[in-house]
Parts: sequence; structure tokens; C-alpha cells
Amino acid sequence: MRTRWTLSLPILLAGWLLAGLSAAARADDQALVTKGEYLARAGDCIACHTNPGGALFAGGLAMATPFGTIYSSNITPDPKTGIGSWTADDFYGVMHAGRFPDGGLIYPAMPFGSYTKVTRADSDAIFAYLRSVPPVRQPNRPHDLRFPFNNRQLILGWRTLFFQEGEYQPDSTKSVEWNRGAYLVGGLGHCAMCHSPINALGGSSESQAFEGGLIPMQNWYAPSLTSNKEAGLGEWNIDEIVGLLRNGVSHRGAVYGPMAEVTFNSLQYLNDADVRAMAIYLKSLGEGTPPGAEVSSVPSPESSLLLSFGQTVYQTHCASCHAADGRGMPPEYPPLAGNPSIQMESSVNPVRMVLNGGFPPGTAGNAMPYGMPPFAQTLSDDEVAAVVTYIRAAWGNRGSPVSSRQANELRIAPLD
Amino acid sequence: MLLVSLTFCPAAVTRAQPTDRAPDTMQARLRACQPCHGRQGEGTNNDYFPRLAGKPAGYLMNQLVAFRDGRRRYPPMNYLLEYQSDSFLQKIAEYFAALRPPPAQQTATDVGSAVLARGRSLVTDGDQARGVPACSGCHGPKLTGMEPGIPGLVGLHKSYISAQLGAFRYGTRTAAEPDCMQLVAASLTETDVTAVAAWLASVPIPPDPSPVPKGTLQMPLGCGSEPN
Repeated sequence: MRTRWTLSLPILLAGWLLAGLSAAARADDQALVTKGEYLARAGDCIACHTNPGGALFAGGLAMATPFGTIYSSNITPDPKTGIGSWTADDFYGVMHAGRFPDGGLIYPAMPFGSYTKVTRADSDAIFAYLRSVPPVRQPNRPHDLRFPFNNRQLILGWRTLFFQEGEYQPDSTKSVEWNRGAYLVGGLGHCAMCHSPINALGGSSESQAFEGGLIPMQNWYAPSLTSNKEAGLGEWNIDEIVGLLRNGVSHRGAVYGPMAEVTFNSLQYLNDADVRAMAIYLKSLGEGTPPGAEVSSVPSPESSLLLSFGQTVYQTHCASCHAADGRGMPPEYPPLAGNPSIQMESSVNPVRMVLNGGFPPGTAGNAMPYGMPPFAQTLSDDEVAAVVTYIRAAWGNRGSPVSSRQANELRIAPLD
Repeated sequence: MLLVSLTFCPAAVTRAQPTDRAPDTMQARLRACQPCHGRQGEGTNNDYFPRLAGKPAGYLMNQLVAFRDGRRRYPPMNYLLEYQSDSFLQKIAEYFAALRPPPAQQTATDVGSAVLARGRSLVTDGDQARGVPACSGCHGPKLTGMEPGIPGLVGLHKSYISAQLGAFRYGTRTAAEPDCMQLVAASLTETDVTAVAAWLASVPIPPDPSPVPKGTLQMPLGCGSEPN
């Protein structure tokens, strides 16, 4: 009896110890997966790697680019068709260096130019999360790119011009919050993918980051985040920016077009501290830039005719929600007076909003949004041009006039 | 002069002034639906936009989800619904299902009486010899639909009905399996479709356009959208 005790006690103790350790390890694993899920939301992986109505992260979403169609890949842990055979090193290689595990070059539709700023620890957490989702056997569809863009070696040239590898380096002169915001906006948020000018080579340079640009193929203009003439948030207060990013609406304006997707799939899931940090950083980008021209550039008599016609259209179709004085009924019906989104140099977005209407995204903070009617079938090209010119110039707004030809061209802009 | 002062008065807007709030109603939220579906979902004079008011909520919800997820393709609808939650779509469906607006004016029929008679016969009796079931067998004796998933067929335009039958037939509009409407539409000829659409569009909306309760009708074939 005594012998058995002496033998079994250490074994028992070791057993307890091991059981305790593995329980702790399981809890650690779970915490890592939870952290990774949150970071995958911040990176909006789902937007490209999940087909609407399809299996989570099974890929196959067609993305039109000026160079042809790219299909997103399966990032479920299926070993044959997904990333089930990858290691955390392999995954970090994709995120950080834009290379497949075999060294192959990844097309920059995958925003590794931003994801390279992500820390190794965050990359590992996202990988742990992706390992935990249900595996889906769905082979990747080959890209359908035109010559010469179907030659992956061309990516080498693109990388030389536009890709700068390296994790985010904190700026010690700024606050912890500012640095967290810069890390999220510049890294996982990959905001520069849309909010920077894209040149003919499909690249955007670091020096022009966040200066705004027309999103290729989609025909929506992603406003500059650095200029207060556009979406520069230098004059907004932090709560307004937080509301816009996370709920999709604010007293200053609402998100629409491709940004509605970002709020719907990504930003609404981020915690208060992180959205606030992003707001602080974004506000700092816009601070100190001039608010733009003093007066509208529509002074000629012909323009006045256009304006008075536009005012008639406005009173008939728009004033019941946006009010005769353009102040709207915020946050439900956004203000147009003083709304930078209306007055940007590019008139693409206000014209498209008039033609296509739209709902802000349905979010936890704004579950039953107010939608704007499409006017494509109600208003003629002349009426669209006149009313957009009017809202760009009335109430102290400072936008330039819009022609009926511009209005006509945007009638065929893609809606998906 | 007024215009000039409106236009060039800088900083005309001060944020401190209070503004009105939008009414906290579904109608105020759903103004986006009005240009195509009417102020109360009664439809418009456009040939391709359907009446929504009074259709069963289950049917409307199925369509809203299918538009959102891209299974029913119509870019303006896909675009509007892309980023909305199930719970909001359900509220939209219930809102339109409960509306009872006066019927929109129907357009005069432009087909002959023989075509209308053929349409009426197909809708109310089907074509037994060719295995075509009567529309009224599922859509109700008054063609106002059945809860929860079968839509009313009255108050719709001829072009809309024939476009939907065509879409079912060629598989561009699909429903939950078994997809009964695909089978029915595939059994119709072009002439049948013209006749059915013309006659349905000529039927006046009854005073009470409510769908019949679930299970009222013994359906002649199984439908995934109307589980028994």
C-alpha cells in the first residue's frame, strides 16, 4: 500500500500539473483565436475572401481591375485547397513580404503593402484564428488577367516602385493612442488602398498616401484624408469621427459606396478604444490644411441659370429631407451645407448619390438606417447636373459646376 | 438676388442651430423604395416595378435576402440592400406586407379577347393535358397569395409578370428547392406566358387583397419557399 502511494503520488502530481498546463494552454489558444478574429475584422479579410452568400473565407470573389479579373483565394484551413498546410511563418511571409510559401509573388490586389506594417504577434493571432474556422474544399479559380499582366514577374517591377517592406515603427513624439490609430489605419485597415491616388501602373506612392483618388473600375472617388476640402477630418470632433466610422452615420455626413462595406464588415466590430485611436490619427492627418477656395467657382451668368434651375429641382425632390437651407435632419438625413463630400474637386460621388441613392450600412449603432431614393429614372441628365451644381455651390459650399455629360457618363457606373 | 445671397454667403451654416429630426417611422426610412414601388408600395406606372403592398412578409423577406446576397439579380436592388441585416430586412418585409393602399390605376389591356380567355383558363384551371397547374391552386382563388411565402399576382404589370416567368424558366431567378416556379414556368410556352401575364394584369385588385392563411390551399406541387 505504502509502495503504491510512493509510486503513484509523483505520477498523480505530474498528472495534475500536466492537466493544469494543458487547460492553461487551451485557454491561451482560445484567447489567441479571439484576438485573431478581432484583428481579422480590423483587416476586413472577409470583404475579399468571402463570396456574398458563400462559405466563410472560401474565396472565389471576382474582383475587376484595370488589368483583368482577379479571384480571391481560399484561406480556410483545408489542406488541399486552402491554407491548411501553411505554418505561421508562411502566413507572415504573405502578410509581411507579399510572397507565397514557395517564394512566389502575390498580386498587389492583396494589400500586403499595408499589411507589411502588421506585427509578427498580430499576424500569428490572425493565422491562429484562420486555422480555427471550418475548412472548405474549394479550389482557387485562376486569375483572368490580360497580357502582359498575367506574367507574375511583372510584380517585381511593381514592388521595386511601390512596395516598402517593414513593420510599423511608432513615432515617439506622438501619443500611444495616435500610434495605435496610425498602426490600424496604415496596417490592417489598409485605408491607403483606396484613399491614395492610383497611377497607371496600379501603384500608389507613400508620399501621396491618403491624398484621395478615383477607385479603379468602381467609379467611386475615395476622398483625400489629408485635405479638409475633402474627407479631411481636421475640423470634426472625435465623437463625430467615431460615429461615422463605427455606426456609418454622424451629424456631419454618412458613409456610402465602398466605405459602407468597410463600416459594415470591419469598423463596426472594433472596440471603442481602437476606433477612437483611428479617429485621433485621422483627425491629425487633416489638421492644418487650408479649408479650400474662399468662394464657389460658379460665378458666370450661364451658371446662374444652371443654379436657378438646380434650385427648382432641389426644392421639388430634395428639400423635404435635406431641408431648403441644406442643413438636413442629421444624423438621419445628412446635411449638404458644409458637407465636404459634396464639394470635393471630383463630383463623381454627389452625382452617383443622386443617380443611385443608397442606404448607410445597417450597424449595431444604426440598425435601421434611413435610405436615399435613386433618382436615375426620375431626373434627366440636365436636371442631375443642375441639382448637383446647385448643392455644390449653395449655402457657402465651394464646389465646381457639373455638366450633363458627366451626369450621363455615370449612369452606367457599375453598382456592384 | 436671393439666389446670389444664398450661394455666396460664406459660412451660412452654423452648427449650433437645432435642426428637425426625421420621423422615427419605417416610411421615413424607406423613401428609397418610393420612386419605383410607390409611396405606399402600391406600385407605379413603370412596367417592370412590382406592387409590394400586401404581399406576404415571408415572400418579401425571401426576395430581400435573395437581392442582398445576389441570388436574385437586379443591380439597383442588389446595391441598395447590400449592407443590411436580416433583422432590418424582416422589418421592411413586415412593413410592406401590412400596407393596404388604394390600388394604382391599371393600364388598359392591349391584347385580344381570345388571348385573355386563354390566360384566364390557364390561371384558373391550368392545362391538365400538359401538366400545367392552375396559378390559383397556390396563389389563391382571388390570386392574393398565401401566407407565408406565396405572393399575390394581382396589381402587377404584364411586362413584370412575363419577365419573371421568363427569369424562372431560364434559371436567372431561382427560389429555395424544390423550385416549383421553375418547373411551372418551364412547362409554359411563350404564348402561354403572354396570355397569363395579360389576363393577370387585367384582374382588378379585390377590396381585401390580403393573402389567405398558411395551409388554406392543398398545393399541387412542393415548394421550398412554402414549407408545409
